[in-house]
Amino acid sequence: MTDILTVTDLKKYFVVGRSGWPKREPITVKAVDGISFAMAEGETLGLVGESGSGKSTVAYTTVGMYPPTSGSMKFRGQELFQADGKRPLHLKKDIQIVFQDPGSSLNPRRSIKDILEMPLRLHQPGKNRLEQIVHLLDIVDMPPAYMYKYPHMLSGGEKQIIAVARALATDPSLVILDEPTSALDVSVQAKTINLLLRLQREFHLTYLFITHDLSLMRNVAARVAIMYLGKICEIAETADFFQKPLHPYTQMLLSSIPVISEAEEAFKPKKVISTGEIPSPVNIPSGCSFTTRCPFVMDVCREIDPVMVEAGPGHKVRCHLFTQPAPAGRAKGP
Amino acid sequence: MSFAPLLLEIKNLHVHYAVYGGRLKVLDGVDFHMRTGEKVGLVGETGCGKTTMMKAILRVLPMPPAQIPQGEIYFNGRDIRKMSGNDLQRVRGRGISMIFQDPTAALNPVFSVGEQLGAVIQYSAERGKALSHQEIHQRAIAALQEVALADPERLLRSYPSQLSGGMRQRVCIGMALATHPQLLIADEPGTSLDVTIQDQVLRLLRTLVAEKDTSVILITHSLGIVREMTDRVYVMYAGDIVEVAVTPNLFANPLHPYTQGLISTVPRLTGGGIASGIPGRIPNYLTPPTGCRFHPRCPHVMDICRAEKPPAYRVDDDHEVACFLYRTENRV
Repeated sequence: MTDILTVTDLKKYFVVGRSGWPKREPITVKAVDGISFAMAEGETLGLVGESGSGKSTVAYTTVGMYPPTSGSMKFRGQELFQADGKRPLHLKKDIQIVFQDPGSSLNPRRSIKDILEMPLRLHQPGKNRLEQIVHLLDIVDMPPAYMYKYPHMLSGGEKQIIAVARALATDPSLVILDEPTSALDVSVQAKTINLLLRLQREFHLTYLFITHDLSLMRNVAARVAIMYLGKICEIAETADFFQKPLHPYTQMLLSSIPVISEAEEAFKPKKVISTGEIPSPVNIPSGCSFTTRCPFVMDVCREIDPVMVEAGPGHKVRCHLFTQPAPAGRAKGP
Repeated sequence: MSFAPLLLEIKNLHVHYAVYGGRLKVLDGVDFHMRTGEKVGLVGETGCGKTTMMKAILRVLPMPPAQIPQGEIYFNGRDIRKMSGNDLQRVRGRGISMIFQDPTAALNPVFSVGEQLGAVIQYSAERGKALSHQEIHQRAIAALQEVALADPERLLRSYPSQLSGGMRQRVCIGMALATHPQLLIADEPGTSLDVTIQDQVLRLLRTLVAEKDTSVILITHSLGIVREMTDRVYVMYAGDIVEVAVTPNLFANPLHPYTQGLISTVPRLTGGGIASGIPGRIPNYLTPPTGCRFHPRCPHVMDICRAEKPPAYRVDDDHEVACFLYRTENRV
């Protein structure tokens, strides 16, 4: 399989204010601070993190809503970030996004027909648009009569399905799903996810699936990446990731999930109990950003930020426990 | 536990909202009871009437548009609906406390934590026993220490906007427990928090209610949280209680088709794919379906379901289900 998207050392900083007089230095939030990953054609990569970890910033930078501070992003070998800041239309067509809250991502004053027509008009001019809209509604299992409805007439799940249809209107190959089901109830979530999986098979789509729900990732993604304060701390194939979570933060996340069966309870790592607060992204601790909450913290962690190492085939982790020789009297690895 | 006295009992509660175009029949004859010391979960999806029910208990429903055509709510044997203002005020402080879903909205942004927490402590004091400033201050500090917040002195002077989401929710929990209530109603206490912070808050809540022997009603849509926090669960669908069971029983042996559907759609940490979900959608409350409100979505629908509303059947000692599939002589 070839890589559809290659991200190298992507950084996105936001200036949120200035320090006091006389220095007036800019205060920056390092929303994304040097992340690298690659996505294969047709796969689903799950990007998991808590609020403030920068996962949505990765999504918005990929679709081109933000210019990056530095780094490169290649789509099928083509650089996405041009020097003039403009992205060619055919690249916009290939990368589409579905936002978290369908209530605010659909214009309340436009009918479903208008909403679906806009991307068609831009990217597929000259065709019979009414026919295409009916076809779009058909592939997401919506009756054609929905065309004349307005967003407020639909339930949350239906709105999100319209948002999916809008993303598919340009016939994209990479779709970014930014928490597409976190605003929905579980039974509606199940329906929406199944629709997304069917569409992926039918149209050979690649999904960058952003979420904070690890249980959902287990069932949807082929690979999972965990983000914490703007950096990826672990990335692995899904099965490997859930069986052998390595990074202490991953273990903390997994052990915090409320589950509904004994089998799952037995599956959760027991050793790491959640403590501490997520630090403010304005004031990230020096060294490894997880030091303030890590139960295995060592002196070296406070000084040097660990680098990504390969702990197994396709299993990368960014933690000193796996780069440093284990101190005497303590077994390696948590 | 089943010998403990009844703390809260709701009989045949109906709540309607009068809106343009008719009446939304939201609660349709809800029966609910809990004993002192119990931790009860109330699960259901968005719009099924969970919050309406809790607001009816505290009598904070906006009336109008809400109306309660019939129903009784007994707290410690007294009907809350018939209480005078003073009696109600006493119930609201030391009788029942509530933690809301969104701590940002529950705290007033223009008053410091100390002022808000102090007010709660002051108003919950027994009649004729006004508290001095020092006493209020000390109790406020104790309340914050209880919820594991560091540096309470400084916290009392800070404003909600200066705290993180997890800290705000802890302040709310501290505030709710500062009055030593008999019953704590927690409405989605962890939903607005990140999963690791949610875990901390829920663990804290569990320890505190165990220490103080507080009874709890936990309202949530997360089945996982219910399983970890409660003894008994009520499952609600479209304003009806469809199933009641001891928590492990409900997960091991869900009976109502809705409960079965709901449990099957939860993504599992152990993998195995995602079930197809429940077809259809929550009904319109203006013209709810006749008979069982779940019948248009039910895979096992029978003729009687369309005609009659199923009563609760007792299937097991601690397991009741409102579904004609389990029709027996044991009507509750």
